Amino acid sequence: MDSMSSDRPDPVAIKIMIAGGFGVGKTTLVGAISEIRTLRTESAMTARSEGVDDTGLVPQKTTTTVAMDFGRITLREGLSIYLFGTPGQNRFWFMWDELATGALGAVVLADTRRLSDCFAAVDYFEQRGLPFLVAVNQFDGARTYEPAKVKNALALEPHVPVLVCDARERESAKRTLVSLVEHVIKEKERTA
Amino acid sequence: MPEPFLDEDPGPIVRPYTLTGGRTRSDAEDAFDLVSLIETTDDPVLPTMDLGPEHLRIRQICARSLSVAEVAADLDLPVDVVRVLLGDLLGHHLIRSRRPAAGSQLPDDRLLKEVIDGLNEL
Repeated sequence: MDSMSSDRPDPVAIKIMIAGGFGVGKTTLVGAISEIRTLRTESAMTARSEGVDDTGLVPQKTTTTVAMDFGRITLREGLSIYLFGTPGQNRFWFMWDELATGALGAVVLADTRRLSDCFAAVDYFEQRGLPFLVAVNQFDGARTYEPAKVKNALALEPHVPVLVCDARERESAKRTLVSLVEHVIKEKERTA
Repeated sequence: MPEPFLDEDPGPIVRPYTLTGGRTRSDAEDAFDLVSLIETTDDPVLPTMDLGPEHLRIRQICARSLSVAEVAADLDLPVDVVRVLLGDLLGHHLIRSRRPAAGSQLPDDRLLKEVIDGLNEL
């Protein structure tokens, strides 16, 4: 790509994915630390999504609209973090590939009452080799789980961090992102 | 009297790909990652370029660099449509696009530590 003709250093945009099951608090987490924006995409349905959408019933339907939340955190001029909430439904996997391209890492939000909802996300990031951590969103009244038990239940590799967060709290959202970036640094050392 | 078809929130009346002349892909699509930064150039808009209001709006809002995702959100258009419009503008040298570092060239540790410090200071 042609670069800017000015002598300013290239700006850096860091892309972080916020994944997890439907209703687990992805939008809440993004909103706790940045202004929420909505991104729409209208994509031709891929082979992967055929059947799931049952286009046989509606033969004309060849595109699908996906709405995604995202937010930007400006750390300084020329350094921003973009948080993208992943679309939850399986038929939107094609968007995950675009989001994961060039991403720094991912936060998988988990609700211990529906832990299986984040299996797909964990599997995706493992397969893709994208550094991730699991943040257990502590809902009011939900049973408190030991991170070790969650790690075991999700069959996570030992180096994958599991932490507890409150997606509504800015400080907690910050800590979660800091932990992810620290994990990314460790992963670079581990795999170097 | 027939009811007007507009409700309180009618959304775009023009179907999205009308804005792109039916094109769904931009030649320069690879240049437009969601976090690629778009900035307007000083080159003049000429009548022969056949640009629409959406093109001009992008020129306006990208006076300060904006990511592709933010451009799409600001215009309230699907990102795929915005990519085609950006491709037109890039072809006419009316914008610059800067791709972020790809996953294979992860930012160095110094930068990542700066990110950590920046987050802690928020």
